[in-house]
Amino acid sequence: MANATTTSGRRWGATVAGIVILGVMLFPLYWMINTALQPESGLLEVSPVPHSLDLSGFTSAITEQGGHLLTSLAVALGAVVICLAIAAPAAYGLAQFRLRGSRTIVFGTLITQMVPGIVIANALYSAYVDMGLVNSYFGLMLADASLGIPFAIVLMRSFMVAIPKEVIEAAEADGAGKLRTFVQVVLPMSRNSLITAGLFSFLYAWSDFMFALTLNTTDDVKPVTLGIYQYIGAHVGDWGSVMAASVLSAIPAAVLLVLAQKYIAAGITGGSIK
Amino acid sequence: MSTTTATAPSVQRTAVQKKTDPARARRRRRLSQWGFIAPAVVFMLLFFGYPLVRNVVMSFQDFSPSTFFDGKSPFNGTDNWSKVFHDDLFGKALWHTIVFTIGSLIGQFGIGLALAVFFTKRFPLNGFLRSLILLPWLVPMVVSGIVWRRILDQDTGVLNSFAETIGLGGATPWLTSPGMALFSVVMVNIWIGIPFNMVILYGGLQEIPKELYEASSLDGASAWRTFRSITLPLLKPVITVVLVLGFMSTVKILDLILALTDGGPADATQTLGTLTYQNSFVQLDFGAGAVVGNVLILISAVFAVFYLRANRSEGK
Repeated sequence: MANATTTSGRRWGATVAGIVILGVMLFPLYWMINTALQPESGLLEVSPVPHSLDLSGFTSAITEQGGHLLTSLAVALGAVVICLAIAAPAAYGLAQFRLRGSRTIVFGTLITQMVPGIVIANALYSAYVDMGLVNSYFGLMLADASLGIPFAIVLMRSFMVAIPKEVIEAAEADGAGKLRTFVQVVLPMSRNSLITAGLFSFLYAWSDFMFALTLNTTDDVKPVTLGIYQYIGAHVGDWGSVMAASVLSAIPAAVLLVLAQKYIAAGITGGSIK
Repeated sequence: MSTTTATAPSVQRTAVQKKTDPARARRRRRLSQWGFIAPAVVFMLLFFGYPLVRNVVMSFQDFSPSTFFDGKSPFNGTDNWSKVFHDDLFGKALWHTIVFTIGSLIGQFGIGLALAVFFTKRFPLNGFLRSLILLPWLVPMVVSGIVWRRILDQDTGVLNSFAETIGLGGATPWLTSPGMALFSVVMVNIWIGIPFNMVILYGGLQEIPKELYEASSLDGASAWRTFRSITLPLLKPVITVVLVLGFMSTVKILDLILALTDGGPADATQTLGTLTYQNSFVQLDFGAGAVVGNVLILISAVFAVFYLRANRSEGK
């Protein structure tokens, strides 16, 4: 009865329990992939494992939703650019310049998290109509950027506060202007927080459904979230391709979780507690 | 508009301060510093400040489908407010919002905390499993809603066929019966929120000094006792933040409900969020939508106070 064996047995027991928990939590996503591979099941029960590798669901999803996926990508990338271009300088300013009103602005940034998106859409819609931003890529990018900007400011600011004053003063003593110091010194030093903020603003914009639903009246700018939603309204029986489109729309989340897990974890804790 | 207000006072003062060059230089520096912050301030005023104000104004205006052709939306006093408050649907939506929010929070937090505690154990693959659990939270919410809609299908969904196989009845109308739909929507939202709760609470648990646990185990305290007298009190600030953030994101949810039930059946899952959407974007009565939206803001505002308090007591 070696003590070490029982402890390590208990440890592996916890691993098994952990795998079971993970299995339960990820089951719906497994089912999404499984259903996507059984396009013929339609209105029948779906078999627990696909009997053959039927990719026709994916073929029709790409035909029908491929354009919307590209729209999502373009809108999300645009939103990231707008978000970082606006949030990074502000985060730096709020972290390093001692300006009157900074505290109020940081406070206001925290407050924005409580404004419900549908209220924003409600008021924004008529303003968008007046300015011709309805059904435009730029309009949707701006609205989607609003999902990430407060978070990005709070996150990057908490990072930039830690940059030593001497570093910035040294750069300015070398004759670099404010802007050059920011671009050549501060931004490279804040790389990690910049990446985290960028990733999250990408995910927010990619997942956006509400602005896509409310700020578009035609089919001109249709991200994949809206595409899938309207798809189930029209093709109730065609679950295989609906699920295939869902799988494709979940890919960015999965890829980022695998490749950038460090940044994702940093973003969840950093953005919510600081 | 913002440039005129910014330059007006400085024009007045240049005459006085022309001689004092350092003061001018300082002001120029100030101005260039504000240049970094101004775009964000303007953006937030346009995308958060303006909608808040506009929504209040809109709630006193008469919008109809024709408004978007002739641009006319005359003020109509408190007509929208009394119309919304006299409609039974508003009371129902308010009640559903409360049930949905509280039910989701209890489930997400309870399970999230249990998992967080579980993952503080050291075991092989811990980190790997813990990070994969995040996936449901990262997938677009509409997509999760649609996947669950398939899973919960009464006749061909996997949940009912599984229940049938293990002899727990079957053919439960998860989403199609008005009595069950809200429960099902809460269940799905719990699934979505567990990872977020788990990660934050796990982070909080890691901050608790290990020595405290060693001391309490030397004192012979039971696991439950240790949890109650050490873990919970020290975790309290993190718990507050998680609950308040959870509240603010849950109370306004729209995507998930539209994807699962579209607010149905028979308005059984209509919440303040979906009702705002229905009023404004389906019936094109933006005035009524604004009224419901304002109520939603009011509820969020009360909790924002809690949030800021929690944030402050955290000591930044």
